[in-house]
Amino acid sequence: MAQAPQPGSATLVPDQGGSRLALAGDWTLAHYADLQRRAGELAGRIGNDTAVDIGQLGAMDTAGAFVIAELLGSARTQKLAQDESLPDARRALLKTVGDAVDTYCTGVRKKRDAGFVVLLERIGISVQSTWKQTLKLLAFIGITLQGIAATVWRPRRWRVTSLVSHIEQTGLDAVPILALLSFMVGAVVAFLGSTALASYGASLFTVDLIGFAFLREFGVLLTAILLAGRTASAFTAQIGSMKAREEIDAIRTLGLDPVELLVLPRVLALLVSLPLLTFLAMIAGIAGGGVVCLTVLKMSPSMFLSMFQSDMSLGQFLVGIAKAPVFAFMIGVIGCMEGFKVSGSAQSVGEHTTSAVVQSLFVVILIDALAALFYMEMGW
Amino acid sequence: MTETVIEVRGLVNRFGSQTVHENLDLDVYRGEIIGIVGGSGTGKSVLLRTIVGLVRPVAGEVRVFGEDLLALSAEKRSKVERRFGVLFQSGALFSSLTVAENVALPLVEHAGLDRMDAQRLAGVKLALAGLPVDAGRKYPSELSGGMVKRAALARALALDPEILFLDEPTAGLDPISAAAFDSLIVTLRNALGLTVFLVTHDLDTLYSTCDRVAVLSRHRVLAAAPIGEVARTDDAWVQAYFNGPRGRAATLAAHRGKD
Repeated sequence: MAQAPQPGSATLVPDQGGSRLALAGDWTLAHYADLQRRAGELAGRIGNDTAVDIGQLGAMDTAGAFVIAELLGSARTQKLAQDESLPDARRALLKTVGDAVDTYCTGVRKKRDAGFVVLLERIGISVQSTWKQTLKLLAFIGITLQGIAATVWRPRRWRVTSLVSHIEQTGLDAVPILALLSFMVGAVVAFLGSTALASYGASLFTVDLIGFAFLREFGVLLTAILLAGRTASAFTAQIGSMKAREEIDAIRTLGLDPVELLVLPRVLALLVSLPLLTFLAMIAGIAGGGVVCLTVLKMSPSMFLSMFQSDMSLGQFLVGIAKAPVFAFMIGVIGCMEGFKVSGSAQSVGEHTTSAVVQSLFVVILIDALAALFYMEMGW
Repeated sequence: MTETVIEVRGLVNRFGSQTVHENLDLDVYRGEIIGIVGGSGTGKSVLLRTIVGLVRPVAGEVRVFGEDLLALSAEKRSKVERRFGVLFQSGALFSSLTVAENVALPLVEHAGLDRMDAQRLAGVKLALAGLPVDAGRKYPSELSGGMVKRAALARALALDPEILFLDEPTAGLDPISAAAFDSLIVTLRNALGLTVFLVTHDLDTLYSTCDRVAVLSRHRVLAAAPIGEVARTDDAWVQAYFNGPRGRAATLAAHRGKD
């Protein structure tokens, strides 16, 4: 193989009583596309009795051997592999690849048909999966409640360390971003309010706008949305990668309950931290609005406070904060549940993390809308 | 005559205060199957990872095909890297791709084949590695441990490499699959003229496949020679390894196989 490498070639040479297939050059992966094309041209013209001459063959690897095996068929490749005049290594390669081609036949490709039926099928599938999803969520809520009920009476089974660590991660670590976010939204709402109310000469009521918005809705909603993005995804990724590495199975075989070990501390941590964060978001939002009132509307601090005190009641605050535990529970449960649904692959972890965020956002906004209707009917 | 394809000189690897390799020298010749053995934590896998360029050594030189991988530009390095295939301990198949796509990926990326050609060639590689036809359409998570190893071998073989690095290829396989895997590696070496760098604990694999065995101990290569010679080395660990109950059983099996 000392000669300079040259691309492989295949030619049909006329011979006495027929023709002879002469293979020469390098039959390697680098020339695969060319060889494949050349073989395709020759395929129809080679009979079962065509002699094959591979004396001039340069380098050959599995890709080249595959083209030869395909061109000649597996049986003839095997015969070629028995040719004593070839070096042992080459015969072994031809034999190995010939065997491989024998076991490997081109898989039958399913034809994908498009059109109305497929559309209907996909609609059906997604409706069905939504329904199953809802059932699973309800089942998981049940399991979680059962777990809480079973452990709440037995302080020895409380996972205090885990709980505190999760409160830190979901609650304390979220404080800076949440406070900043609420402060800015508060300021924006105040700007909007002051411009809209100015035309009625009622810019003073910006204070009420901020107060109502943050106590009733924005405080809790902003917190829930932030935690749905931040915490639900984290829960899914944590539990999901444990699931993918069979850690959940290990927990089960050790006779432990994964719900008690993994789900309860997370859900309970959210139940503690989300209401606290909501309170913080309310304060930060009102502060943001207040800063705008003081600077843009030139209100005095005492005026802001007295107006706030006279118009806002404790009821407004309770109406808002009452939603926090519900949101917390749903976000925690959805995050954990999606984690348990992860199967094997890294992609699956990603899919379920996305799904956890989307679902918890959806549920949070749905519950908030229902609550708003309910409060309105009750006149709260 | 025999050309050195991997040349390790004065290699030092340290993680924190823990020294893994100290002045380690090793040569690997073209066309041989070299087995790397050593107790747990002697840095067999680290050595493999250093040679393929995944671990940057503290000191020393690693030359593959006469080139220092760490000193090469990214482009040149990628060219050299295409000349070796690596089978990782746990397979390291991309879990979001099917098995056939896993094997086809380097063919599409490096050999410039179109997807159809690459898939067909991937099918042959899978068959070469001894996988059934329908395995190609499955995802790695749907395969058994042995099939994952075979699929990973098929991916390592995708670009027809000159050096094949195998990290514990038979760990976790049943004895029959392990024996089949051993003979597969020998067949492939004979057929493709591969150089095989094999990290293993499996004594049967060592006896049935390796031309030479390198023993890692006390941060360096204690001995690198044909297995019979290594087994006679006067060292407590080597004696315990090769002449312990399992070692004796494997020796007997190997002799019986030759008769």
